[in-house]
Amino acid sequence: MSAEGHDHAMDHEHEHHHKQTFITKYIFSTDHKMIAKQYLITGIFMGVIGILMSLLFRMQLAWPEESFKIFNILLGDKFAPNGVMANDIYLALVTIHGTIMVFFVLTAGLSGTFSNLLIPLQIGARDMASGFMNMISYWLFFISAVIMLSSLFVEAGPASSGWTIYPPLSALPQAIPGSGTGMTLWLISMAIFIASSLMGSLNYIVTVINLRTKGMSMTRLPLTIWTFFVTAIIGVVSFPVLLSAALLLIFDRSFGTSFFLSDIYIAGEVLHYQGGSPVLFEHLFWFLGHPEVYIVILPAMGIVSEVLATSARKPIFGYRAMIISTLAIAFLSTIVWGHHMFVSGMNPFLGSVFTFTTLLIAIPSAVKAFNWITTLWKGNLQFNPAMLFSIGMVSTFITGGLTGIILGDSTLDINVHDTYFVVAHFHLVMGISALYGMFAGVYHWFPRLYGRMMNKNLGYIHFWVTAVCSYGVFFPMHFIGLAGLPRRYYTNTNFPLFDDLQNVNVLITMFALVGGAFQLIFLYNFFASIFYGKRSVQNPWKSNTLEWTAPVEHIHGNWPGALPVVYRWPYDYSNPHHDVDFVPQNVPMKPGEEVLHH
Amino acid sequence: MTSLLVIIVLVLLAVALWQLTKIFDLTQVGSNPDRSEVATDEDNNVQGYLMFGFLAFLYIFTIYGLFKWGPLVLHTPASEHGFEVDRLMNITWLLIFIVQAITQVLLHYFAFKYRGKKDRKALYFADNNKLEAIWSGIPAVVLAGLILYGLYAWTNIMFVDEDEDTIIIEVYAQQFNWKIRYAGEDNVLGKANVRLIEGVNSLGVDMADPYSQDDIVVTTELHIPKGKKVQFKMRSQDVLHSAYFPHFRAQMNVVPGMITQFAFTPVLTTDEYRELPYMIEKVAHINDLRTKKSVGLVAKGEAALDPYTFDFLLLCNKICGASHYNMQMKVIVDTPEDYKKWLSEQALLVNQVKEANAPPTAVDGEIKSDSTKAIDTATVAKVAMK
Repeated sequence: MSAEGHDHAMDHEHEHHHKQTFITKYIFSTDHKMIAKQYLITGIFMGVIGILMSLLFRMQLAWPEESFKIFNILLGDKFAPNGVMANDIYLALVTIHGTIMVFFVLTAGLSGTFSNLLIPLQIGARDMASGFMNMISYWLFFISAVIMLSSLFVEAGPASSGWTIYPPLSALPQAIPGSGTGMTLWLISMAIFIASSLMGSLNYIVTVINLRTKGMSMTRLPLTIWTFFVTAIIGVVSFPVLLSAALLLIFDRSFGTSFFLSDIYIAGEVLHYQGGSPVLFEHLFWFLGHPEVYIVILPAMGIVSEVLATSARKPIFGYRAMIISTLAIAFLSTIVWGHHMFVSGMNPFLGSVFTFTTLLIAIPSAVKAFNWITTLWKGNLQFNPAMLFSIGMVSTFITGGLTGIILGDSTLDINVHDTYFVVAHFHLVMGISALYGMFAGVYHWFPRLYGRMMNKNLGYIHFWVTAVCSYGVFFPMHFIGLAGLPRRYYTNTNFPLFDDLQNVNVLITMFALVGGAFQLIFLYNFFASIFYGKRSVQNPWKSNTLEWTAPVEHIHGNWPGALPVVYRWPYDYSNPHHDVDFVPQNVPMKPGEEVLHH
Repeated sequence: MTSLLVIIVLVLLAVALWQLTKIFDLTQVGSNPDRSEVATDEDNNVQGYLMFGFLAFLYIFTIYGLFKWGPLVLHTPASEHGFEVDRLMNITWLLIFIVQAITQVLLHYFAFKYRGKKDRKALYFADNNKLEAIWSGIPAVVLAGLILYGLYAWTNIMFVDEDEDTIIIEVYAQQFNWKIRYAGEDNVLGKANVRLIEGVNSLGVDMADPYSQDDIVVTTELHIPKGKKVQFKMRSQDVLHSAYFPHFRAQMNVVPGMITQFAFTPVLTTDEYRELPYMIEKVAHINDLRTKKSVGLVAKGEAALDPYTFDFLLLCNKICGASHYNMQMKVIVDTPEDYKKWLSEQALLVNQVKEANAPPTAVDGEIKSDSTKAIDTATVAKVAMK
């Protein structure tokens, strides 16, 4: 590999070592570990806002006619006069909640943190291929987050046409007030976000391909790296398509083109648009939008695979099958977008094709789930908080994934499309699951990030309350979806037909509020542990991967001396040839030791 | 009740905050300096049992949910293809419950059974091609069956035979209401475009088109006859909407700039559907809830809620603006005779347009022409139904 070549880079960096100022170390840092922390803190901050928004609209759904002082305080007199939430701000909250959680927390917060932290450390590299581009990537993300948040404060309110921003609703301020300045800021923010994401992804791909240390062949990579690598490829393939959709939408909105608009009569006048089609936008949007859910879930899968193996003191079962299923999911993810559009008005024949490809994804997903379960079998499970969240992720991924068989089947989708059934499905399978993956990652790699340990008892409380509340929120939601209740309704009081669902809505909200409140435990644990947590030893979880061979204190270039050399795969746990139950990757093979089948 | 719930939440919040500070303090103060924050055997034991407890929670919660909320879901379909959809749905549910039951048991039971102990060493079991083949093969076979069944049903539902005898009805969407246009005697809708919207002609129908002459526009409710396939042609004048008929297992987006379609055959009239035992029970339950709620409303000096009678609904199911949550229309399935009669009582669009455009001075003439046209309308509609 290029280990020697990279050592020069390290020498070069050493010359500048003394010149580090506060700004170059903490703000405009090019060090991957600092950038990972920046992503994580920003992601957590955005997550707090996103979750808070969901609690607000859950309260509105449970008690639609009530007046809450908190609404008035947070939303202001315009959007919550006398504490009663207005209908347009409800849609805005739903929209921004979706955008923030999908893009800013589970894409940038999750991938950005762990790809940056782990790729160089686990492949044995001094840093990312381009530290400077990495820094730019973070700061573009930061700017896009600031713009997204600033859109909350514009006069007519933020974007409110759903996170899928389907035109014409998102294109015409006459149709909904949020499609004015709010939507402009949304589009600018997302365009910058995509630029950031692309720079990050390119960096990850190049780093994984070029900077692996000696002996680190592709089939010795930890599964985390495999999933980050594949995720980055999906991002590079699909994010530009969303960018093009956003640009065309900007043209339609500002320069009078008709890519997505045609034959519109609104607010008493005929608009000039002619010949475009909103269905085209849906195709472009979901060409990113669907791979996006795999961009979110694949890193979580990688983290869970790694944590399960380490904490079960057992090799991950079916290492190669895991890689193949990751690749299969990545490939299939780019040809299933149409299952979001079964009833969009596209040719029903296309619906048949997309049903076929969509249900195929269940096969690699099933392989993963069974491999995880088998990894636990006859293990010696160490229940650290990260392990609990990993098991929780497998549970929610299965529960949520199974209902995908209903939604992916065009015939069944007809009647549950855009109901709460969909909301329940995707929150379990990619929302909660990816969030669990992120929590597992934070608990597991916190010692690597901050050199200290998080409190395990708080972690246990955090997990169990979150686990009960997640099911408490999303399991009943399936039923109200099957009762035909459409999503994105500000209140259901205009439909006596749905009156008997109100108690369920109250229960869901109660679970959401309790679950939301207990996230404070995590926040407290996280921030308190940064400063007061117990100091970590070098390899607290007795893990095999290379990041635990680097010193606890972060240094430029990661390893003080030469880069570690890799002799074995990362899952030699409880290897019968060895007395200890873990054999790090940089331990040479014993004389006569054979490579065990994997 | 509501305020009580809010108070409970606030109390829980307070408890959460108090607990977390307390726990953290305790662990900080009383801990020995060797505390490693890595799970000990005791932790493994406790968490292992909790895993088992969580499995019990999942099962109890699922069974409770099925009994408590199962009756809330949509029941008997009111359309012909709805039975096919529900059959496929039930088969899929059966599979889902089997897989869910098995995998969750394995996952949580293994977590409990193999909770860590100091002296144990895990089994080095890295790979087994036979197992991988089994759990990629079985899902593949099962899914192949589901895909085939699904595609068969989908094709039957979505592709309407060209020469099949259907009733053509236009569903027209705008922020935030639905309008309906019947094709009249010729069963062909006249051409229309939003550029022709003017006054009474709120759907932009081209009045010069001969096919438009017998079109009828209704803005209050959608009537359809039982036992005959109805083909809906959908148009939107502003943003995306979605025409969702939950009881008929029917949904299609309504897209500005194009015509989308969906067809189904109603098999139960509104009256028949109201008499279904499940519906009688559901309506009684809803009215119970409404009566209880009314007591509170009356106490506050507000009007009591009206008692509820069931009606089929056409809902908007694609976010379409601020009042999206209230874009609905009553759907009434009549017997063919009642449908014929109802349709014959509706005014032709062409007459409404003429009436609106007539100079206000020619009062006499208008009355005369109106009465003759009213007869025309009636006969036209009768012919249409034949």
